[in-house]
Amino acid sequence: MGRYIIKRLLQGIPLLFFISIILFVLMMNMGDPVATMGGRRVTRASDYERLRRQLGLDKPIYTQYLYWLIGNDWTKTDVDGDGVAETPGTRRGVLRGDFGVSLVSRKPVLQVIGERLPNTLILMLASEFVIIVGSLLVGVYSALRQYSALDHIITALSFIGYSMPIFFIALLSMYIFGVLFKRWGLPYLPTVGMFDPQAGKTTAQVLWHMVLPVLSISIISFAAYSRYIRSTMLEVLGQDYIRTARAKGLPRREVVYVHALKNASLPIVTVVGLDLPLLLGGAVVTERIFAWPGMGRLFLDHVSRSDLPVVMGILMMIATAVVVFQILTDIVYAWLDPRIRYEK
Amino acid sequence: MLVLLFIYAFGGALIFPESYANYTDTSLRLSPPSARHPFGTDTIGRDVLARTIYGGQISLIIGLLAVSIESLVGILVGALAGYYGGFLDSLLMRITEAMLNIPEIFLLIVMAKFFGGRIPEIHLLGRVFSGSVIVIVVIIGLTSWMYLARIVRAEFLSLKENEFVLAARATGTSNFEIIFRHILPNSIAPIIVSATLGVANAILAEAYISFLGLGVQPPTATWGNMLDGANNYLESAPWLWFFPGLLILLTVLSINFLGDGLRDALDPHSRAV
Repeated sequence: MGRYIIKRLLQGIPLLFFISIILFVLMMNMGDPVATMGGRRVTRASDYERLRRQLGLDKPIYTQYLYWLIGNDWTKTDVDGDGVAETPGTRRGVLRGDFGVSLVSRKPVLQVIGERLPNTLILMLASEFVIIVGSLLVGVYSALRQYSALDHIITALSFIGYSMPIFFIALLSMYIFGVLFKRWGLPYLPTVGMFDPQAGKTTAQVLWHMVLPVLSISIISFAAYSRYIRSTMLEVLGQDYIRTARAKGLPRREVVYVHALKNASLPIVTVVGLDLPLLLGGAVVTERIFAWPGMGRLFLDHVSRSDLPVVMGILMMIATAVVVFQILTDIVYAWLDPRIRYEK
Repeated sequence: MLVLLFIYAFGGALIFPESYANYTDTSLRLSPPSARHPFGTDTIGRDVLARTIYGGQISLIIGLLAVSIESLVGILVGALAGYYGGFLDSLLMRITEAMLNIPEIFLLIVMAKFFGGRIPEIHLLGRVFSGSVIVIVVIIGLTSWMYLARIVRAEFLSLKENEFVLAARATGTSNFEIIFRHILPNSIAPIIVSATLGVANAILAEAYISFLGLGVQPPTATWGNMLDGANNYLESAPWLWFFPGLLILLTVLSINFLGDGLRDALDPHSRAV
């Protein structure tokens, strides 16, 4: 087992390098960050040259990638932009935990991301919680009452939910719970933002504002999860050991929730493990619609200004999370299910 | 259902000319659905019904073309990796894994910026399409082939051990012919299923990216870019986002049904999840 973990980690590292190179090449052509710096005023040609030199954008792509990766404090950089490199660099590179400085706000990338990360995390963890609990209940129910009327309704609804574009459900729920409820004089839910500026950022405010985004995200994933749980549950319920447990005279409740659910939830661990890191990136679209100040909006804002360090930082963080979670999922899976052995 | 949607998108074009879809009548800004404009009008007085018809054409075309590219790349990568194995296999699979590790929407946004705004407008069949249609088709195709490549590779890995491949090789058939004449037709069922579901995903992807304003640029309408900015009119003009959104939902839903049915029909081993 220990050797397996080490092997997986060693495979993960070159993969991340590979991802970073692909992304970096894509980034290079994403647009000119200097072009939008002057605001409305047109940047003078000489200033333009100087800015590019100061930001190190005049260097060839492999040099820029090298600086990004391992920093430039071992070499000289051109701080005043006169074309002569004389000052030692200060960047320490991603490998030493320095993701560089945002070209837009001049703040360190880690700080920029750190400000937004908690916002995305609370939204996503709440959604994931709702999804898992809800789909377990519904999935188990429809597995136990297979082909009942309610099972058919759930199946049909989950098919619709699965095909639903997130912006449609988001706009629809905003319209129903925000606009129509207001019109009918019912208590209505806020549709945008994270808290009411007048009320301040209190827990109650944030929770209140979270309801609609969480609802929208949940409905989409909920459909796929509950279908999945239903089918694994059905499979497990048909196995011999369940019949044995029933024949022994164990209460039905215990058979279902202790014996069957334990094994049926194994494949779900995989799905959750692979989905969790993707939540880190957040639902870009959801955050945009609900004006939620999370990572997805951060990403959009900085992509539109070609802010390479921040965009690279976000993407690499997500990619790293995906790789780590894949390994974790495999390990947890092997630990939960002794039948699986990774001996290679 | 799907047929009806196709008739809606393409047959509707016979009733309304395209200029009507882009015709602006600012005196009728944001007018609610009425007899003259059954779906209402948008922010600059264009008829939403006509725009959903033309947007539907573009969205469906984008879905189909993007899947063609996706299938082409996916089959090629999967076939080469699965058939030749060894170094080529591990190289191609590393690329596939790397692409899979970044959520598709992020890749789409980055790629949209990468290719955006470089392709001029195209004139085809007497109509002007924004060049961004091509960009979107290409980037959706290039960001979604990974699952298909894995499926094809797995099929090839198991099929190439069969006797008929050995026989073909013994009679001196070239590798190219073995791949495309002998193995590929045998692995067509999962490819068709995955391509069908791919159309639904491509339409969704187009809608997402256009919704974010990075996709197909106006005046060419798609269901996605009709929704862009519509959330500003959430309260005052719900018809702006309701009809395009509903059409996307119906299309994706019916394609998913079709794909599910095809899977049950062609591939009895796999169970629907």
